[in-house]
Amino acid sequence: MQPFHRLTAIAAALPIANIDTDLILSAKFLKTVSRNGLGAGLFHAQRTDREGAERPGFVLNREPWRRAQILIALENFGCGSSREHAPWALLDFGIRCIIAPSFADIFDGNCAKNGILTICLPQGEIDRLMALAADPATALLTIDLETQTITDHAGAVRFDIDRPRRARLLHGLDDIAQSLAFADQIAAHERGVVLGAPWLGDARLAHLP
Amino acid sequence: MTGTAPPRTLYRKVWDAHAIASPGDDEWLLYIDRHLLYEVTSPQAFDGLRAAGRTVRRPDLTFAVADHNVPTEHRAGGLSAIRDPDSHLQVATLEANAREFSLTYAALNGPNHGIVHVVGPELGLTLPGATIVCGDSHTSTHGAFGALAFGIGTSEAEHVLATQTLLQKRSKTMLVRIDGAIGSGVTPKDIVLAVIGRIGTAGATGYVIEYTGDAVAAMDMAGRMTICNMAIEAGARAGMIAPDDKTFAWLEGRPCAPQGLEFARAAEQWRALASDPGATYDAQVVIDAATIAPMVTWGTSPEAVTTIAGTTPDPATIADPVRRAQMVRMLDYMGLGANQPLAGLPIQVAFIGSCTNSRIEDLRAAATVVRGRHIAPGVRALVVPGSAAVKLAAESEGLDRIFREAGFDWRDAGCSMCLGLNPDKLKPGERCASTSNRNFEGRQGPGGRTHLVSPAMAAAAAVAGCLVDVRAFA
Repeated sequence: MQPFHRLTAIAAALPIANIDTDLILSAKFLKTVSRNGLGAGLFHAQRTDREGAERPGFVLNREPWRRAQILIALENFGCGSSREHAPWALLDFGIRCIIAPSFADIFDGNCAKNGILTICLPQGEIDRLMALAADPATALLTIDLETQTITDHAGAVRFDIDRPRRARLLHGLDDIAQSLAFADQIAAHERGVVLGAPWLGDARLAHLP
Repeated sequence: MTGTAPPRTLYRKVWDAHAIASPGDDEWLLYIDRHLLYEVTSPQAFDGLRAAGRTVRRPDLTFAVADHNVPTEHRAGGLSAIRDPDSHLQVATLEANAREFSLTYAALNGPNHGIVHVVGPELGLTLPGATIVCGDSHTSTHGAFGALAFGIGTSEAEHVLATQTLLQKRSKTMLVRIDGAIGSGVTPKDIVLAVIGRIGTAGATGYVIEYTGDAVAAMDMAGRMTICNMAIEAGARAGMIAPDDKTFAWLEGRPCAPQGLEFARAAEQWRALASDPGATYDAQVVIDAATIAPMVTWGTSPEAVTTIAGTTPDPATIADPVRRAQMVRMLDYMGLGANQPLAGLPIQVAFIGSCTNSRIEDLRAAATVVRGRHIAPGVRALVVPGSAAVKLAAESEGLDRIFREAGFDWRDAGCSMCLGLNPDKLKPGERCASTSNRNFEGRQGPGGRTHLVSPAMAAAAAVAGCLVDVRAFA
């Protein structure tokens, strides 16, 4: 995964609450065995009309937001389906950071695994950033994960982030490698299950008709 | 009280038994007892394994089945009957990955095939006190048995394949207590829709819900699965219910459940999983079951719900501009106005199925309404059993005949019209009474309009040709 240090990019505002992962990437784009190339399907129903032509009014179809790498959204962003295709589509489009008052659980975790920084800020701060993002003259933001700051043309605001998540994003860490280092503890647990709750350690799949 | 362990919740007990090591910062490696896979969210996980030269740590705890993409009719040819090339490739890829990594795969048209959240419990893969994950948000379903079960992404699925663990932080706990008895015509689906209406679609974000109360104790396992299934629609990580005699009776004899003496030993352990008296929760919601009526959603979020006697809301009464805009957007998508009664709203499609409501109990409830009646002219109605076993059971009871004679399509198992990923879809503008779990924009097909209801309500709507109070059908 690509590390996240510092990003200076155009921010786009999506002032809709409860944006679900079906809206981010609808089902028809899930029929793929790859992680790549999903950007074309991002917000498809919003970006294109029934004939496939771009809707000129949608923010990500307009300059300079076609080049946005930061999204500013409302509460419960990413709710619904667990599809990791949603963050893959965002990433493929170029989005590296999403700022919202709150995120749905599974989506938030999926973003972290793909090097997308999610930042929670209070509604007042979101409103202010949305207003900045709406004006091309002020839509350029700098997100610095090292210093945990968002800088706009006028000043900077700090954000909080979970410490281990910050470390993994900064270093682009593969957490499978980290977890495999606990192989002894995993094996010890498995031995314990054989004695304590053998039905958990043996799914009896061979007994299926 | 010295030396007495503090009282623990059901969630905490399952967590404690599986949190095996901590890399620090309150993160724990949670051991996973059962990993369920299907065709849409797994191919990239297997690619990741191959790219890193890793393998599946516990193929014997891993089970795969194709459900999201599969057609629900004309599929006697199995894989070759899947005409859509992309769907075909996904299912073929799952089969190939299962072969390559020696996983058990339930073949399309085989006896163990069905929606992953229906067959998991049916086969006895789902057990009390187990940790269960799947790359699908409705994995919360399995919590009905006192398992800790939740949906994960594809990267996490790869992590589980490689390590049989997940990196997790402990969730907060929310008690949702449903007191008293539900009225006739009111079902577990109505209860969970009422809960979501009360706390909102993000109301339980960061929490694991534990359902308790008289109405939950009285509920059959199918109903318990329905309310745990939709815990995710309130944002919860998982929904759980303490296992009881009903749970044990349901599980005994299932092929993958422990057998004989071992079952008795297991049941003894499972009984101790119930939350201890005095265990505390981070939040609590109490609902009087008697106040719950048959529910129907009017918008494009499961929280946009009211009773069948209710009306759509009026955006003009909402002061907050963001909320007002949201409501206008939902009503506009749904083709509805302000203050519009829901009863009497014409539908074009009725869908009975999905991991929420496709079990034999759900089909019986729908058949009771349908028996001796016919669907309204112009209505397209589908019954899609959740598994091959449910289909077989329904046919042995003659339910298929009741549905067919009433004009319903009687299909093979699959996710079907819950999501627009297989041939069963809504056309733009079509309005559907659906027993599924999500009414999001375009969820059942681009431009489709979904009203979430119980199986009995969907059946009644199919017959009446419009949304209608099932209690009028008694």
